[in-house]
Amino acid sequence: MHEAYIAISIIWLFLFLYAIGGAIDFGAGFWAMYYYERKDTTAANFANLYLSPSWEVTNVFLVLFVVALAGFFPGAAFSLGSLMIVPVSLVLILLTIRSAFMVYSYSVQSYTKLLRYISGITGVLIPALMLTVLPIIIGGFVEVVGDRHYILFDKVLTSPTVYAHIGFGLASQLFLSSLFLSDYAREANSKETYEEYRKNAIIFGPIMLSFAVAATLTLMPEAMWMVENMVRQWELFSLSMFAFSIGYSALWWPSKKVRIGQPRVAVILIVVQFALASFAYGWAHMPYIVYPEITIFDGLTNLAMYQYLLWGYIVMMAILIPLFIWFWRLFLKDKRYLTSEK
Amino acid sequence: MMDNVLLARTLFGSSLAFHIIFATLGVGLTLMILIAEVVRLITKDNDYAILARRWTKGVAILLGVAIPSGTIVGVMMSLTFPGFIEVVGQVIALPFAIEIFAFFVEALFLSIYIYAANRLSSTMRIISVFFVALGATASAVLITNVQAWMNTPTGFEFVDGQFTNVQPWQAVLNPAFSYTAVHVVSSAYLTTAFVVISVGAYRLLRGNLSEKEVSYYRKGLMIALVLGAATSIWTASTGHKAAVGLHNYVPVKLAAAEGLFETQSHAPLAIMGTPDPEANRVVGGIEIPGMLSWLATGSTDGVVIGLNEFPREDWPPLFVHTLFNVMVGIGTLLIGLSVGALFWWILYRKKPYPTWLLLALVPSGAFALIGMETGWIFACIGRQPWTIMNFQRTADAATASGNLGFIFVLFISLYLLLLVITALVMRFYFHRNPLSNEFQVTTSV
Repeated sequence: MHEAYIAISIIWLFLFLYAIGGAIDFGAGFWAMYYYERKDTTAANFANLYLSPSWEVTNVFLVLFVVALAGFFPGAAFSLGSLMIVPVSLVLILLTIRSAFMVYSYSVQSYTKLLRYISGITGVLIPALMLTVLPIIIGGFVEVVGDRHYILFDKVLTSPTVYAHIGFGLASQLFLSSLFLSDYAREANSKETYEEYRKNAIIFGPIMLSFAVAATLTLMPEAMWMVENMVRQWELFSLSMFAFSIGYSALWWPSKKVRIGQPRVAVILIVVQFALASFAYGWAHMPYIVYPEITIFDGLTNLAMYQYLLWGYIVMMAILIPLFIWFWRLFLKDKRYLTSEK
Repeated sequence: MMDNVLLARTLFGSSLAFHIIFATLGVGLTLMILIAEVVRLITKDNDYAILARRWTKGVAILLGVAIPSGTIVGVMMSLTFPGFIEVVGQVIALPFAIEIFAFFVEALFLSIYIYAANRLSSTMRIISVFFVALGATASAVLITNVQAWMNTPTGFEFVDGQFTNVQPWQAVLNPAFSYTAVHVVSSAYLTTAFVVISVGAYRLLRGNLSEKEVSYYRKGLMIALVLGAATSIWTASTGHKAAVGLHNYVPVKLAAAEGLFETQSHAPLAIMGTPDPEANRVVGGIEIPGMLSWLATGSTDGVVIGLNEFPREDWPPLFVHTLFNVMVGIGTLLIGLSVGALFWWILYRKKPYPTWLLLALVPSGAFALIGMETGWIFACIGRQPWTIMNFQRTADAATASGNLGFIFVLFISLYLLLLVITALVMRFYFHRNPLSNEFQVTTSV
């Protein structure tokens, strides 16, 4: 396989990890706000219990993705940088406000409400902005004048597919986070919170799926090449659909611990679904990073650097994995932590 | 109207200037927590556990800004200087990649230290905070590595628009690395120590404290003073090595820093004043004959290269002389303050610090921050007009985007807002959770 494909697969892996982590993180922020006023449920506390120790680590995955992209594909950095400066700057500002205010809210109890709202609202806006990048880089929204790239904002703002992508991003984040938090609540033996998040997951699963279809269909007039490529990946997309069906149905499987449903099975299969679908999507995207300007072949760094980075990331991840497992045990399994804020 | 390059520089420069306040304190404070935890383990004195706990709260708040502002800087570098990132990806991507690793270690262990402290044994707690400090310091070293490489780029050849013979490790081990990295680390510890000294001195000065509280603040002040004295002397020595490094590898930067125009032996050291290219010397400063030659080469006979050896368009802005002087002046002042205060303590052990001494210590934190900032600004502006010394001009590295003005306003407002709010939150938190509450809680040893 060409080095460029290995490098872009690593980028895909990092993006995928951040997408999952980010979806749960931003979703949990939203739920912490949504349930804040509700005194009858501990759903908000659970969302926060997860967020407190994890948001910094999730954020590192974003930096990991950006650094790896610029490292492996410096040729793409120039035009991506010039192109994405506005949406990415907005994401950065919102991300900073969100992180800062989340930390503040632990320190300043009396303003919790305001701070919760800020973290909840930014948790919706950030992924929405991030998702707009997807349709922009596959074409139709960029005008090249000389050697300068401009985003056609009027076209972006009036394009149905941009909104369908945003809808997909939000629905999948709410789906994934509810699913994850339902499993988290089950782990902590909080039956009533489990039911709450299970209900949310049941609602948002089909909504997410509809938006996925809508995003693809509305893409046709903008980037037919992409849709055609996606059709060629039908095996992977069908497998991902299959994983979704089984995973979604697991919410009704019999269980010994809770009334109904196997949330752990559901979480794992839905993550598998995301992996398959995003890989198929990425594959269809190839060889372009930004259509039709930059391919992975023009963008790739020199071979020496590629080798060093490849082995560097492999060794790094190998060292980090035990640490992640310890982290997981401390905050996602340890009953002493899970029951500390009930 | 600012041109695009200047706008890109100002935007990225302000982002860095903002970020390094929080990053520097994050690096230093984690070390101080580690020291407090270790002292606590040895002395079994609960006051040190309280110090560690309150500093940890401070770190948590600071990192709430340091982490996203670091994310901003990382991403914004690709946005404002995409031409530079292209070269980074070809030659010097390794330190950034390894820095992520250090960042992971820091973030994971920090969460563990903060949110799982009560479930860890004291050994595990110290190991966790050790890794937080290690991760933070390693991040600083690795980012500095890229900065060093920008001054002394090595590890590649550039032939016909192509990067050839790229040797990533040789790029990492560029000549400037050894002397800049230790200088950055020592000055980060120094800055934090003096910020803590400021807070402690201010508390003691305000008075109205119980005996227990006085003893607590004196212990905190003592840790900070010892660290401050040690690191200020260390920073002077690493700073000296950095100046010698400039002499050997980046002579134009040293010449601009010292305002030296003519290449000469017995070069004088000019303190303050304004470098005047017409007069070919520093006007209005104090000159110590032969001192610059002696500092740079170890002998007053040593020849130091002056600005006139370089084409005018390759000169850094001459005001870097002032930045350099401010940094060195503050460093010297801080050595005097901390060593003096420690001597006073050794001479009159039992007595409380006199008011005049506390008054002198209160502004030291602000001085240290100014010294740190001017040092960094000198390091970056002193490299101009190059982004990568003698290879890529800043004008060629900057973005071609036309939307910078609007983004500039957004980010600057964000930084101002966060500075104010962070200060308020710190104040609010430590006001709401006074020290007297802490004496009731003991943590396991």
